[in-house]
This record gives sequence, C-alpha cells and structure tokens, in this order.
Amino acid sequence: MNQTVFAPWDDPDEKPLIQFRNVTKRFGDFTAIDDLTLDIYAQEFFALLGPSGCGKTTMMRMLAGFETPTEGNILLSGQDIAPIPPNKRAVNMMFQSYALFPHLSVRDNIAFGLRRESKDKAKIDERVEEMLRLTRLTKFAGRKPHQISGGQRQRVALARSLAKAPKLLLLDEPLGALDRKLREETQFELMDIQEKTGTTFVIVTHDQEEAMTVASRVAVMDEGKLIQVATPDVIYEAPNSVYVADFIGDVNIVEGRASQTGDKVDVAWAEGQPPIHATTQKRFDRDAQCYFAIRPEKVHISKERDDSRPNVLQGKVIDIAYLGNISTYHVRLADGTMMKAQSANTRRLANRGITWEDEVWLSFTDTAGVMLAR
Amino acid sequence: MRRFSLFNATSLTFGFAFLYLPMVILIIYSFNASQLVTVWAGFSTRWYGELLRDQEFLDAAWVTLRVAVFSSTIATVLGTMAATVIVRAGRFKGRTLFSGMIYAPLVMPEVITGLSLLLLFIGIGLDRGILTVVLAHTTFSMCYVSVVVSSRLATFDTALEEAALDLGCSPFEAFRLVTLPIIAPAVISGWLLAFTLSLDDLVIASFTTGPSATTLPIKIFSAVRLGVSPQINALSTILIAFVAVGVIAASLATKRAAVRADKDARAAERAAG
Repeated sequence: MNQTVFAPWDDPDEKPLIQFRNVTKRFGDFTAIDDLTLDIYAQEFFALLGPSGCGKTTMMRMLAGFETPTEGNILLSGQDIAPIPPNKRAVNMMFQSYALFPHLSVRDNIAFGLRRESKDKAKIDERVEEMLRLTRLTKFAGRKPHQISGGQRQRVALARSLAKAPKLLLLDEPLGALDRKLREETQFELMDIQEKTGTTFVIVTHDQEEAMTVASRVAVMDEGKLIQVATPDVIYEAPNSVYVADFIGDVNIVEGRASQTGDKVDVAWAEGQPPIHATTQKRFDRDAQCYFAIRPEKVHISKERDDSRPNVLQGKVIDIAYLGNISTYHVRLADGTMMKAQSANTRRLANRGITWEDEVWLSFTDTAGVMLAR
Repeated sequence: MRRFSLFNATSLTFGFAFLYLPMVILIIYSFNASQLVTVWAGFSTRWYGELLRDQEFLDAAWVTLRVAVFSSTIATVLGTMAATVIVRAGRFKGRTLFSGMIYAPLVMPEVITGLSLLLLFIGIGLDRGILTVVLAHTTFSMCYVSVVVSSRLATFDTALEEAALDLGCSPFEAFRLVTLPIIAPAVISGWLLAFTLSLDDLVIASFTTGPSATTLPIKIFSAVRLGVSPQINALSTILIAFVAVGVIAASLATKRAAVRADKDARAAERAAG
C-alpha cells in the first residue's frame, strides 16, 4: 500500500478551487458574513459547521449564485464568479428539502439538468442510467417523488445534482430529514460517492458528528466568521479556542492562571487545589488568564489514588450517564467544580464498582488536555 | 359517525330548499308543454327544440362563448403574472399598496367598473363590440385569477425554482418547466372561474357592448322584460347543466388526484418502514 496523504491545503504549490477573498455579506443591518477569507481545494470534502444563523448557509448560497457578496470576491478556478448567474455556473446544489420536481419521475428529475445543456438523447439516457446505478435507484426510475421513501428521495436529489458532473457540489444539510440509522449509512454512502466521482463537496451542517465523519476538513463558524479551519482530528484534539472545544464534542473547561516554564505550564485554578500540569507550544504570560480543556474520555476514573499520571484530583460521583458502550461520570471536585470522566464498558456485566456518591480519584497526563488563551 | 337527529335533518332540508328550490322550479317549467309559464300542461321538450331554431339566441350564445374563452385566457395570463410578482418580489416599497390594488376591483361595484370602462373606450375612440367586452371582462376577472393563483404560489417551495436555475434553466425556463406545471391546477381553476364570471356577467357587458355583440345574459335580460317565456327557462336549464357538469368534473378530478397522492405516499412509507 503506497497511499499518499490527501492534504492539498499543506501544499504551497496547490491552486485552490474556491477562494473566498475578504467576503462580506450584509442583509440590511445584519452582517451574515464578516470579512471572510477561505481556500477550498479540488476533491475536498469540506464541511461548514456552526449553529443556525452563523452564516454557513449564506456562504453556500453565494457559491450557488443565489446571493452575491456585498464586498470582496469569490473565485472558482481563479475566476470571479460574482457576475455569473446560477444557471451558468459549474456548481450544483443539493437542497435541504431536496426540492425534487413533484411532477416528474425519478428518471426525469435526474435528466432535468442534462436536458438543459444537450440534445443528444442517447448520451443523456446513458448518463441517467449511470447515476441511477450509482445511487441504487434503477428499480424506482419510473416513480414520482411522492411514491418513494425519504432515503430514496435523498438519493434522487444527490443523483440529480451529480448528473451534470459539476466541479463543485454543494450539500445543504443533506441528511437532516433522515433518521439516525439511515443518516449514518448515508454518510458513508456520500463519502463513497465523493471518492468515486472525484467531485469537490462542500457540505453545510449543524451536526458536528456528521461533519467529523464525512469531511476532509471542517470549518467551524460563528457569527459570520471562521473560528477554526482544520482536519477533524485537529479540530477535536487541538481546538484553537474554547468556542471550538465546546462546540465539538464533550469537554471539561477549567479556567485558571498560567505560569509557564519552557513548554510546561502549571494552571492555578482553585484555592487549596494542586495546580494542573499541562504541556503547550503556545506562550502564556505569568498569571495570564487561560483555559485548560480536556475531553472526558482522557480523564481516568478509579476508586484508588493512581499516581502514575501527573494530575490527580479527588471528587465525588454525582451522576452517571450509562450509554451502553461508554459511561460518563459527573464528578464534583472538592471546590465544587464539576468534571466529567468517561470510561468504556469493555466488559459485559462486569462489576463496574463505581456508583453514586462514591469517593473517586480522577487522573490525567500532562499532554491529555489543551491550553487555550480564549 | 354521528347520528342524524331530527334537528339536523330539518336544517339540511331547509338549507338546501332555500338554495335549490328556485332552480328546481325553473328546470321543471322548462319541460312544460304549455305556452304559459306558470300553468303545467304536461311534459315536453318542445321549447328546447324552438331554442335551437332561434338564430338570435344561437348568435348570442356564440358571442358569449367567444368572449368567455378569450377574456378568461387573457385574464389567466395576466392574473398569473401579477400573482407571481406579488408573491415573489419579496418586500419592496409599496408592496402592500400594489397587492391591495390588484384585489380592489373585486369589491368595486360592477356598475362603477362598467361605467369607467365605457368612458375609457369612448375616450380612446374604440368602437364598442366583441373586443371591448373581452377587454372589460379581462379587466375584472383577472383579479379573481390572481387571487386563486397567488394563494397557491404562497405555499410553493421556492427551492424548486432555485433547483431549476441551479440545473441550468433560465428564469423563464424555470417558470415554464417547473413552476407552471406544479401550479397548473390553480391556473386551470382560475381560468374556469374567469370563464364562468364572463359567461354570466350582465352589468359590465351591457355597459361595454355595442349593437353587434349581444351576449346571452343581455339577450335573456331583454327577453325577460317582455315577459318570461318557456324558451328562456330551457336556455337557463342548459346553462345550469353546463356549469354543474364543469364544477363536478373539476372537483372530482381534484379529489381523485388528492386520493391517489395520499395512497402513493402511504405506500412509500410502508415500503420504507
């Protein structure tokens, strides 16, 4: 196996497919996108992630051509796309509501875009058959959208938007209407199709798990700004701010004062408690305000004091959330701070031993958490 | 199911009697053999036969039909355009004023509409005839079409049009290939409404018509002034049948489509589950 890692964003010679250059979009007094600059590369599966109203849908609509930037410009393969109307762009979109044409059959829905640009019937038919096969819809080709299930509609919408082989496919909350199990299956299907077709996908979602699963890179947005753009593992393990750490997954955040020697930091966080030892590449001024963020699964919980890790804290179990595969323990430390610890339930029916009101010890290494300045 | 009480049955009888008794009497007397309208002299279809031989009535019917077809078609085009603009243009200054102005002629007294149109036609020197009646009918029935179409457009998912644009349609193609087929039932019922309105309009037609273009309602009205004849009863019965068949067909078609869509949707759910 000789597989090169797909990371065009690290290659200075790579030309981005899409460039947002200082793009601002205002609706009246409301600023939806605020001076945003971003590069997206060919064949990426790029996720725009954020709470509703953060501007992610506006960005997608600007790419599709339904909105134009108030300031700045958007380049597609180096060309400014502002003056190009949506029907002339090599960009297709899969709508949140799917927007299937109810009066047309599945086959005609998929052929719709192809018929606009070509008169060659044999070629269109061939392409439609190919898309039907790709999305496993051949059996349903003759049906109308209201005669098929939600998951099938979702695949028709995908097939229709992929039929014209766009340079860029936009997906607006594509899996929002599906139930959990179907959504997970479809996520993998999407990734599979993206790999097969080599199309660049930009997906908008508010579901962080979905973004983490499908995307090569994730952009976390808030109030029209990009907070962090990175691969899912970097976003999760090395968030650049409390906002990102908190938005993605579960996290414990401890506020304190830093005192740094080299790459070691001690965080004084509560009276009468030992400082938290952490490691960082960043510089913190003495006694500067800082945040220590640690994921619950990196906090070890036990009934006996375990000194093998440099940070050891004592507390009492207040709550246990049993999720089947894992359990999350909510532990109150001596000063009243709540901290979550997770452990995998690797053994079936084991006597787990830790229960409500138990005195427990939490421990973690000095590299388990992240130091954040904001 | 709730039982039929005596009270319910009585209400129903009186209600329907109030609505349909006049028409029933009219229909019965249209089959009267007697020359006198109110004296029953046995069943006969003679007046229908005489009606078909009366060239004046046939001419009037032909005028009415042409006026109704042309005016309702033009009104449907204009009304649909107006509805699209009012629903789609979003918020612009004076939007409420404009949409109000489209619907205002609905409540305008017909006499006023007729008079103002007459003044306009005289002012621009247009000879009164079929053309002026068509224009006048278009003017008032267009409001009805735009009300019907805009209520359908208000629930139309604009993402469908955006999807059409996204797939390479020009805005006009998107309207023709996606919007129009989907709102077609509303457009057709708007057309039917305009057609019926034109068919039975008396006031506006009498203001705007000339000697060459006597419509059926005008003909009936002037005939009745000389006394009700059994022939008029026969003609009215034909009109009632005409309208009834149209209305029943339209509602059956809508209902069947709804039932089928519902059944399909449920079948799809089952297949998925």
